[in-house]
Amino acid sequence: MTDSAPAIELKGISKAFGPVQANKDISIRVMPGTIHGIIGENGAGKSTLMSILYGFYKADAGEIWINGKKTAITDSQSAIAAGIGMVFQHFKLVENFSVVENVILGAEDGAFLRPSIAKARKSLKKLADEYELSVDPDALIEHLSVGHQQRVEILKALYREADILILDEPTGVLTPAEADHLFRILDNLRKEGKTIILITHKLREIMEITDTVSVMRRSEMTATVKTSETSPEHLAELMVGRKVLLRVDKVPATPGETVLSVKDLRVIDDKGVERVKGISFDIRAGEILGIAGVAGNGQSEVMNVLGGIMDATGTITMNGKPVPLSGKAADGQSRRAIGIAHVPEDRQREGLIMEFTAWENTVFGYHLDPQWQSGPLMNNAAIQKEAAGKMQRFDVRPPDPNLKAKNFSGGNQQKVVLAREIERNPDLLLVGQPTRGVDIGAIEFIHQEIVRLRDQGKAILLVSVELDEIMSLSDRIAVMFDGKVMGFREPATTDERELGLMMAGISGEPGTEDWKAVDENLTALEHGETPTHG
Amino acid sequence: MDRMPAWADVVLIPLISLILAAILSALAILAIGESPAEAFYLMVDGALMRSSGWGYTLYYATNFIFTGLAVSVAFHAKLFNIGGEGQAALGGLGVALACLYIPWPHWSLALLGSAVGAAAFGALWALIPAYLQAKRGSHIVITTIMFNFIAAALLNYLLVNVLRPVGAMEPASASFAAATHLPTFQSMFSSEGNTLFRGSPANITFFIALIACVFVWLLIWRSKLGYEIRSQGYSESGAKYAGISPSRIIIIAMLISGALSGMMGVNATQGAAGRLILNSAEGAGFIGIAVALMGRNHPFGVLLASLLFGFLYQGGAELAMWTSIPRELIIVIQALVILFTGALDNMVRWPLEALFARLRKKEA
Repeated sequence: MTDSAPAIELKGISKAFGPVQANKDISIRVMPGTIHGIIGENGAGKSTLMSILYGFYKADAGEIWINGKKTAITDSQSAIAAGIGMVFQHFKLVENFSVVENVILGAEDGAFLRPSIAKARKSLKKLADEYELSVDPDALIEHLSVGHQQRVEILKALYREADILILDEPTGVLTPAEADHLFRILDNLRKEGKTIILITHKLREIMEITDTVSVMRRSEMTATVKTSETSPEHLAELMVGRKVLLRVDKVPATPGETVLSVKDLRVIDDKGVERVKGISFDIRAGEILGIAGVAGNGQSEVMNVLGGIMDATGTITMNGKPVPLSGKAADGQSRRAIGIAHVPEDRQREGLIMEFTAWENTVFGYHLDPQWQSGPLMNNAAIQKEAAGKMQRFDVRPPDPNLKAKNFSGGNQQKVVLAREIERNPDLLLVGQPTRGVDIGAIEFIHQEIVRLRDQGKAILLVSVELDEIMSLSDRIAVMFDGKVMGFREPATTDERELGLMMAGISGEPGTEDWKAVDENLTALEHGETPTHG
Repeated sequence: MDRMPAWADVVLIPLISLILAAILSALAILAIGESPAEAFYLMVDGALMRSSGWGYTLYYATNFIFTGLAVSVAFHAKLFNIGGEGQAALGGLGVALACLYIPWPHWSLALLGSAVGAAAFGALWALIPAYLQAKRGSHIVITTIMFNFIAAALLNYLLVNVLRPVGAMEPASASFAAATHLPTFQSMFSSEGNTLFRGSPANITFFIALIACVFVWLLIWRSKLGYEIRSQGYSESGAKYAGISPSRIIIIAMLISGALSGMMGVNATQGAAGRLILNSAEGAGFIGIAVALMGRNHPFGVLLASLLFGFLYQGGAELAMWTSIPRELIIVIQALVILFTGALDNMVRWPLEALFARLRKKEA
């Protein structure tokens, strides 16, 4: 490996899908032994570019040079042969295979498995020692935590002797501690001379780990800069094309009466698993309570119970009146009737009917209201008029009520949902993952609308896996782990590190444990053992 | 952005599919040594060139409209109702009971009574699979198929043991009283010296079928129930979020679907046969699936597809009568139409979509 030749050089890559230009004349140089970040909004063309590099798509124009040699990458086999490994956002592992079986899958030598497995074992051991990539080789994938599954993906690439590793949004599913561990692994890999391309939309990660960063906007590479010479604000501006407010601008809350009171809430799901194990909390008027937690620790179930989608036991009162928790009186219609509005976590499966037009979605859930009826039929003209107004007020683009929901971008879909729920002027707004898959420009707008509703004296329950979002929006934070509330914190007096520990099930004072101890606890947790509290 | 203009989707694709089916049918006819041109002429002549032919075509079409609408309504709730045949058979039973045991003073009242009976019996036959799907998760495709067999067995029993008049050899009910006979097209449209629709079974029920088309259109696209049915059909999790009870929608949609299938009994049993016979549904319950598929689950599409299948049925009967083309080959032709317009939709769609994409690119 010479010092002068870049590990990867893309020259003038272009790719179109039908009339849509996904990549326009893109060139990058990534030097060996560095971490190169690629940042951009959803749909900016990052994933397309990486798919070209990994041989999933063929570029319409342009060249790929690997280690100073022009290389034709026609499929993933030739990408692997060129020393490129890819870790996808959605892992490509066989759930009921063991780690070692997954690692050799597709790279077996000969007809018998035994020698390949022995060889893989040896190599896994070596990789684990070198890069802190320890995973039990005989564990089944389905028994591993998400963080460990990701390590298996990295191991797969390294086992195939990849020198260039591409990671697509690798931290989306990780706890902060797991993300830190991942970054330590990446740092080790960099020290060993591997080249890493990190695709992400999180500015913080770019600033933390990369050496250089490229910004993509609307299918084009708008800038490539040294990370040390830029700032998050500057990158955000490059991504969106205008100045963006990264911090949420809000005044301190002035909470009033208690709106929602939850006591000893328990939820048992369809499979008979207890998902929420007796939690209690209050939300007051004019207050945002954020629930932080790694996805799957009971937050969604709390939202679904309050939104009337799941049954539960316990006591909930809304404005002092008891709220039924099962049966017909606990459905979404009844919840809306008592002033609860719900922006669900999954807007594509719940909040919207993707095949419906925007105007049909404007009354979804409120379609039985008398104002949308005329005689036995629906008053479509009135609904269409309302939709046009809402789309204008919430700046939905394009402002065409006849367009199907599936044809809007993620951010604009979310605005359609928010317009519907916020303009109901509810006493309590449930908001789940408000900015998941939403571009930076729209995030700013969505956060402002949520804060504005709070300032009108409404109660808001926010669930998000983005810790940044919880920290900047919430007035109070509840951390959930394994169906229980680990504790309440205020954003001003806590930090991500403490919340991260609580999200991993460790309650304790910050600063009393070093990361090594934390990591041991995490490893114990992932193997199903009881964590050592305190 | 939709990939193709709407007219291409609605008109061009079915048309190309039909032409492909016709070409293959012609090859099949050639293969057995007959002339496709003559066969085509006979079909058109027999089904469309004379009013009596139209009388048969429209009679069959009426059956298919009801069963096609039934499949469509269920399909909007993402339910695949294969049980049209059994529901139509039970509808026929409802008609027969209403006509046999109530002394109607006039055909219009008899029509009302038998329509209620047909819809109620058809709906009832759909209710049990609907309940099993909604509350027990038994798959509606399996249960409705089984209910077709149960319906056939039930009618067999009733016709042989209960409804058969004493001394009759045939498994059929007694003939209905004259007051229940519905006006046929012949009696409605013929003038003195100019007999139209001579001897054909088309009757006033055709207009009820047209009304049913309008009703289904209003129901699905204009009513709040239709809104809920479509929500449930597109996304059950979405429906739950909106406070729409999936089990309620499943049951209501299947009741409407079963009632529409049952209505076919008014046409076949009261309008044409004048008594309840074995196999009164004549396979129309299954044709309804093809009709709904081809009609894109839209009432207007169902109407057009029903007319097409009515033509194929009547034209096929003519072929069997005047040529040595065996009856089985006519079923092959019908099957080819179903295959191309329904199952092989994408075979025509994908190349067309690519073509339109290329055209658009050139414009841009």
